[in-house]
Amino acid sequence: MNDKLVGQPLVRKEDPRLLRGDGRYLDDLGRGALAAAFVRSPVAHARITGIDVDEALDVEGLVAIYTHEDLPGRIAEPLPLLIPHPDLTHPRTPYCLANGEVNHVGEAVVMVVATDRYLAEDVAERIRVTYEDLPPVVGIDQARAGERLVHEDAPGNVAARSVQTNGKGEAHEAIASAPHRLALDLHIERSASMPMEGKGVLAHWDADDRTLRVHSSTQTSTSVRLAVAAKLELPPDRVEVITPDVGGGFGVKIVHPWPEEILVPWAAMTLGRDVKWVEDRREHFTSSAHERAQQQHVEVGFDEAGRLLGLSVEIWHDNGAYVPYGIIVPIVTSTQLLGPYKVGAYRVEFTSLYTNTVIVTPYRGAGRPQGVFAMERTMDAIAEYLGMDRLAVREANLIQPEEMPYDQGLVFQDGRPLIYDSGDYPTMLRMIRDLVGWDGFEAERAAAAAEGRRIGIGIGAYVEGTGMGPYEGAHVKVETTGEVVVSTGLTTQGQGHYTSLAQIAADVLGVGVGDVTVITGDTRRFKYAVGTFASRAIVTSGNAVAIAAAKVAEKAKRIAAAALGDGVAPEDLELVDGRVRRRADPATAIDLRTVAVLSNPLRYAFDEETKAATQFAAATATGEEPGLEATGYYMPERSTYAAGAHGVVVETDPETADIRILRYCVVHDCGVVVNPRIVEGQVHGGVAQGIGGALYERIVYDDAGQLVNASYMDFLIPFATEVPHIQTAHMVTASGLNPLGLKGAGEAGVIPTSAVVASAIEDAEGLAVRRMPISPSELYELRKARQARKEQVSA
Amino acid sequence: MRVTFTVNGRSAEADDVWEGESLLYVLRERVGLPGSKNACEQGECGSCTVYLDDVPVCSCLVAAGQVQDRQVRTVEGLADGDRLDPVQACFIKAGAVQCGFCTPGLLVQAHDLIERNPEPSDPEIREALAGNLCRCTGYEKILDAVREAAAIKAGIA
Ligand code: FES
Ligand code: FES
Repeated sequence: MNDKLVGQPLVRKEDPRLLRGDGRYLDDLGRGALAAAFVRSPVAHARITGIDVDEALDVEGLVAIYTHEDLPGRIAEPLPLLIPHPDLTHPRTPYCLANGEVNHVGEAVVMVVATDRYLAEDVAERIRVTYEDLPPVVGIDQARAGERLVHEDAPGNVAARSVQTNGKGEAHEAIASAPHRLALDLHIERSASMPMEGKGVLAHWDADDRTLRVHSSTQTSTSVRLAVAAKLELPPDRVEVITPDVGGGFGVKIVHPWPEEILVPWAAMTLGRDVKWVEDRREHFTSSAHERAQQQHVEVGFDEAGRLLGLSVEIWHDNGAYVPYGIIVPIVTSTQLLGPYKVGAYRVEFTSLYTNTVIVTPYRGAGRPQGVFAMERTMDAIAEYLGMDRLAVREANLIQPEEMPYDQGLVFQDGRPLIYDSGDYPTMLRMIRDLVGWDGFEAERAAAAAEGRRIGIGIGAYVEGTGMGPYEGAHVKVETTGEVVVSTGLTTQGQGHYTSLAQIAADVLGVGVGDVTVITGDTRRFKYAVGTFASRAIVTSGNAVAIAAAKVAEKAKRIAAAALGDGVAPEDLELVDGRVRRRADPATAIDLRTVAVLSNPLRYAFDEETKAATQFAAATATGEEPGLEATGYYMPERSTYAAGAHGVVVETDPETADIRILRYCVVHDCGVVVNPRIVEGQVHGGVAQGIGGALYERIVYDDAGQLVNASYMDFLIPFATEVPHIQTAHMVTASGLNPLGLKGAGEAGVIPTSAVVASAIEDAEGLAVRRMPISPSELYELRKARQARKEQVSA
Repeated sequence: MRVTFTVNGRSAEADDVWEGESLLYVLRERVGLPGSKNACEQGECGSCTVYLDDVPVCSCLVAAGQVQDRQVRTVEGLADGDRLDPVQACFIKAGAVQCGFCTPGLLVQAHDLIERNPEPSDPEIREALAGNLCRCTGYEKILDAVREAAAIKAGIA
């Protein structure tokens, strides 16, 4: 019997190609295609009063200039609202090209097509757009004030207001009658996914075939296909969307269709030439998507033991200028805020607000980091108030393993009940306590203090809904060469699906991982899929691959049984080492590739091998459809809940207020692990983004709505010099919701990082940290403010 | 203008090059070597790093004309035929690649570090790679890979 491949830390099949420079990303395709560039709004809020292209017309190489007026039919209508919700009462989505008004810096106004990108930019530079400024709404305070409006017909700048309660009593009453009460005001600033590869689209129109082929650097090729077909009014089967290698997504590329995903294909159809657009870095900053920015007001009532009796949270969420992706982010914050805890009566209300800034859509973590920040800051505040150990407060509130499945009484982002399927949170907390050295920390602190150093420790936990529906599918085929080809509709952006999905298929079919080729994100190969986001790919697609492969294995057994004859029944057979063999007598066997030949009964022979499948040759199974292949789908009934706990030790410089991470530890439970090497990499990458979000990364708008740090020089993504060594430990509580017992892992690392770093800084400094990210100068200001308060008291 | 240079040991020629064109553009669009990546085009991320006469440079900041008669080596030229360079092999083994977009530049940078400093300390590795952004890996496994590649090249592994 093969050793099971699922669970092994195999090296990735895709790496050699990528390491040789042979990866093919969007911009590596379509040499010779016409290039598109965009004139984008330089102002945050304005009416467009004129567009003058005269000076641009004599640039050599110019092919076309398009404004909103030029767009026909549905292309001239606003982009779709992807996720409608009853509480989203004032949804507004952008146009492909601004229709008389711009609502953020970077909004596309004019599209230019030229023979190369340099020339297209030259043309764009000569186009004069005149604007009549409108007052911009920047930041949550201004949006809440509602004196200026982003959209005249969205009063108070409110896109949505939503309330959820957990059915465990009235939260305000529970808080009022609790022995102790606290209130906290919290702020999280804007950040962004910022993949190294920006977006990009390449389109080819085949006029003979009347078929459109679109390459897009997206997290969902199947959905882009449906969106493009709808906008261009083409039958979906005339549109193919292919996702080449993708240089990272982290959420921003799940949004679709981007204006460029509609305009570039339309231009290719209109011009009859291939057209390509590749986003440059500045465009990515000012015209893709951001996330995170929220204000929160927390009120909590608790008892002597630190147990939460009532929790009320109000959230103001900055959704930017439009809401094409609906209100998923604040829904996730509101629901995942609860983490591994029981909270008594819970009420959460969020207001999603328009501002004249780039749209806000899920970025890895997708609202969870903000929720965990609220919950974990609350835990620390309770501990401080009661003079209790911070870990003990958390322990007092944990959901116990025997309470699983645990219904939190809320509706999650998939529209299904928020029911934790499995998890062992007490063990998780014990593990992080040991890993980070919680118990020995006071000695460590004292030793550091003796050297004049200031250190602090922080801890936090989260629960993450993963693997949501509606479904994912796969097609598995055994070729007559013995190669197994797995096609799935979802895309891949570096998560190693070419390897992890191969491991799953190989186990079921009894072949090596090297025999399996995985194809992703190509609608020519698989048309039905949802996409790669929300830590769902391995759960949904992984199970779909297993289901499809199992069908293939059954079929292989039936065909092999017929071929082996001699009373062999399919149930007697097993698939091992590339052969279908008799369990009782492994010498009675037939190669899987031969079964693939036999699966396709032939009239004609082409070589020695195919002879076996012709009419006068040996018996083939009757009643089978040709081909050793099958399609399978996995449709989860609801999300499965992964969990984790992080611990961190920081040092803060008493003089400079520099903040340094000395130790970062992660305990992570994502159910059954398909490939530990890949999962560990996902966790590391998430933590690095979390550290960025805690200490360095923030998108800064000035009062005029100008994004003032739109470059890698000014938006500080951590380099190798900023990310510490990350210690990880794993635990496995399998999910009972899917056949493989999997839970998602893609977002895990980023979720509690801001919360635990804040906790550790608070511990080192003895002052409250209520706002993230935090820079040395902000820490310095906090110290100064405390000093001023002290002096006031003593004066 | 015409630019003639050597890339990965072979002579290359590009015609009608505009003075403002970058080496990165020439490599990617004119000589068919798209391995080097463009992630910022302003010298801030290292994804476009190539050797220019044995010194790593951000090719997005090098004007095409500057490479006239000089030697360029890109990610495509690191392996010796089918044999991957130890740095590449160690990236696989360590699991140092996720999306792969930063990888070409990081490989050249790491390759250079090991050439110059056969036994780099951890801070030296971090410092050497501190011009290369990676948004996926958190660098942990990249550091593992570089440590091991250095050990292999120094003959101690
Ligand atoms: S592309 Fe050259 S440094 Fe970023
Ligand atoms: S592997 Fe994706 S940016 Fe480094």
